[in-house]
Amino acid sequence: VGGDSTPSPDLLMARSFGDKDLILPNGGTPAGTSSPASSSSLLNRLQLDDDIDGETRDLFVTVDDPKKHVCTMETYITYRITTKSTRVEFDLPEYSVRRRYQDFDWLRSKLEESQPTHLIPPLPEKFVVKGVVDRFSEEFVETRRKALDKFLKRITDHPVLSFNEHFNVFLTAKDLNAYKKQGMALLTRVGESVKHVTGGYKLRSRPLEFAAIGDYLDTFALKLGTIDRIAQRIIKEEIEYLVELREYGPVYSTWSALEGELAEPLEGVSACIGNCSTALEELTDDMTEDFLPVLREYILYSDSMKSVLKKRDQVQAEYEAKLEAVALRKEDRPKVPADVEKCQDRMECFNADLKADMERWQNNKRQDFRQLLMGMADKNIQYYEKCLTAWESIIPLLQEKQEAK
Amino acid sequence: MEQAPRDPERQLQPAPLEPLGHPDAGLQSAVGEEAEGARDESPGEGTMTENNFWLKKIEISVSEAEKRTGRNAMNMQETYTAYLIETRSVEHTDGQSVLTDSLWRRYSEFELLRNYLLVYYPHIVVPPLPEKRAEFVWHKLSADNMDPDFVERRRIGLENFLLRVASHPILCRDKIFYLFLTQEGNWKETVNETGFQLKADSRLKALNATFRVKNPDKRFTELKHYSDELQSVISHLLRVRARVADRLYGVYKVHGNYGRVFSEWSAIEKEMGDGLQSAGHHMDVYASSIDDILEDEEHYADQLKEYLFYAEALTVRTFSLKGMTTKLFGQETPEQREARIKVLEEQINEGEQQLKSKNLEGREFVKNAWADIERFKEQKNHDLKEALISYAVMQISMCKKGIQVWTNAKECFSKM
Repeated sequence: VGGDSTPSPDLLMARSFGDKDLILPNGGTPAGTSSPASSSSLLNRLQLDDDIDGETRDLFVTVDDPKKHVCTMETYITYRITTKSTRVEFDLPEYSVRRRYQDFDWLRSKLEESQPTHLIPPLPEKFVVKGVVDRFSEEFVETRRKALDKFLKRITDHPVLSFNEHFNVFLTAKDLNAYKKQGMALLTRVGESVKHVTGGYKLRSRPLEFAAIGDYLDTFALKLGTIDRIAQRIIKEEIEYLVELREYGPVYSTWSALEGELAEPLEGVSACIGNCSTALEELTDDMTEDFLPVLREYILYSDSMKSVLKKRDQVQAEYEAKLEAVALRKEDRPKVPADVEKCQDRMECFNADLKADMERWQNNKRQDFRQLLMGMADKNIQYYEKCLTAWESIIPLLQEKQEAK
Repeated sequence: MEQAPRDPERQLQPAPLEPLGHPDAGLQSAVGEEAEGARDESPGEGTMTENNFWLKKIEISVSEAEKRTGRNAMNMQETYTAYLIETRSVEHTDGQSVLTDSLWRRYSEFELLRNYLLVYYPHIVVPPLPEKRAEFVWHKLSADNMDPDFVERRRIGLENFLLRVASHPILCRDKIFYLFLTQEGNWKETVNETGFQLKADSRLKALNATFRVKNPDKRFTELKHYSDELQSVISHLLRVRARVADRLYGVYKVHGNYGRVFSEWSAIEKEMGDGLQSAGHHMDVYASSIDDILEDEEHYADQLKEYLFYAEALTVRTFSLKGMTTKLFGQETPEQREARIKVLEEQINEGEQQLKSKNLEGREFVKNAWADIERFKEQKNHDLKEALISYAVMQISMCKKGIQVWTNAKECFSKM
């Protein structure tokens, strides 16, 4: 660990996963597959391919086993982080540590600081979303765990970020707090210099491809926001539908008590509606826990990406300004001064890093959304299948005595 | 019970009958009674035609509805709907049907027919009419009587009413009912000529007396209790069902928004674009499927409503004397009312005495009334079971459609 950990652009290209559609971010815990039978075969195939990927994986990270800690000052949750690796950067082949949310938050800040030319994955929201009341509830903790797992896996998959020193410490250190206090992280060459980029330079013209990325992200975030609102609205309507169903079913029961021959059929209908109500509740819970958080994550992701784009603009602007200043000096120096060269270097690295990350991001996004939307479709299919089973099973009950008559 | 004057045009036959739910039952008894009827009728009254009519199997349909404008009793212009009633007789031999009668009636004429039947057959559970105004509506359904969907459902309800009357072993033989189907002009006058409105009062008193004898038949008390409860539970059910329909509508329709946003999103995507776009289309299909689904469910609601109205009719037959006195006398001082109640009670006692003296007829009446109630119960159990089955079938169909749409959408997402 230590030293220059930024690979040269050549190495970056070689490790680009652009042409490999089979990358399933391991953070892809399939959204809501309650029954194995309902998982798509496609999903299974993707996961299988991951294991026999040409690229031998040498780093595996998992987040699990949430535990509540009650102290005098506060109550909080920690998660177990298990790391398995054959990389030389790790002293041991396996590590197991406990981390809490604020540790993840710290890691992310450090990554942003030390790898400013790269896209850092988002964390789940710090504060509870409206509607989710209890931050110690099983559902909330599980949702958060999944998101934290995804966060680490995205870093693991990244050819540059996964070698980051802070990341290594996060995964391995017994006492993370001690390390945090040290603040002695060695910044990368590029990181250091970018950190000190002075703002205030005006960008002449943004290269087409980065302008396109910016536009894309703007529209993308907009559409996701709309989808988020629609999904929330659907859940709201479904819950209101559920409320009425919970009153509707029992009325058949009340009626059944008045009747003789009709008693059993009516009771059957009542039970059936009860089953459908339960199925609907499961659907709304799944959508709230698995669907909405992922949407929000991606909105946060595109926000942070836009800041990185802005930084890139700054670096370019600085370079152009310095270049212009030299040109205006009207000196006959054929050689460009060292500091302008540095700026150029900086800009080209930034551009390369960003391009590679964007491509990787696009692929992962595609996988993530394919999985997310298929999951949504799956949940709805499962809901209807449960209801179908319920109604089909009472047909014989309803028809029964007709024949006996 | 007051004896109706021997009216050659009509038969009031409190004859003992087996509870029959079969549509042909009326024909059987008609055949059986034919000889007896001929004996009672004075010759040359054309009753042979009437009896011959019912020997053949008949098909009744309310086949069309038409908007009309006309002038009402106060010479004001009004818009109403007229319904075409077609009657066909089916030849026994070859099963082919021939159109024998066809005429137009409006809702108020159906009401008149029913009120007449209520008066002249107090021991019979007379089928109800479909609702006059749309009730238990959920937001999308129009409460407008002129709304085509409402008119269509009412057409079906009216047809159902006529079929029920025609399949009732006693009601089917009624002359006024026969004329309702066959004589377009002058029918209203014919009904009014029977003077049934005047008879309504005395029949009600007599009926009430039956239920106020010293030892009322426990079965009738139980029946009243049952019909009260049934009315209450079906009303509740219909109200909640309407709310359920409203909410379900909302769920489906919001999904339509996915269609639009997926389309917009697909515009900025390369590989994902097609999958998103086509999935969006399926979301539109999903959203629009709810209209047909809920329309089908309205038929289920109508079937429940019919029995709600049946229950309401059963309840009315057993209303209390107190209620009747306030209706008769309105605003009165307590003393005046007391006096009149005393008079009425005396009259009732007289009636009771008459009843006791005509004990055999009274028991006969109760026996027939109970026989019809048994018939009604069988019909109710059968019909409601059928209704529940068809409701379950509707739900199954809706689930299958849902699975289909989401499977299609999933297919599209998988191609993203």
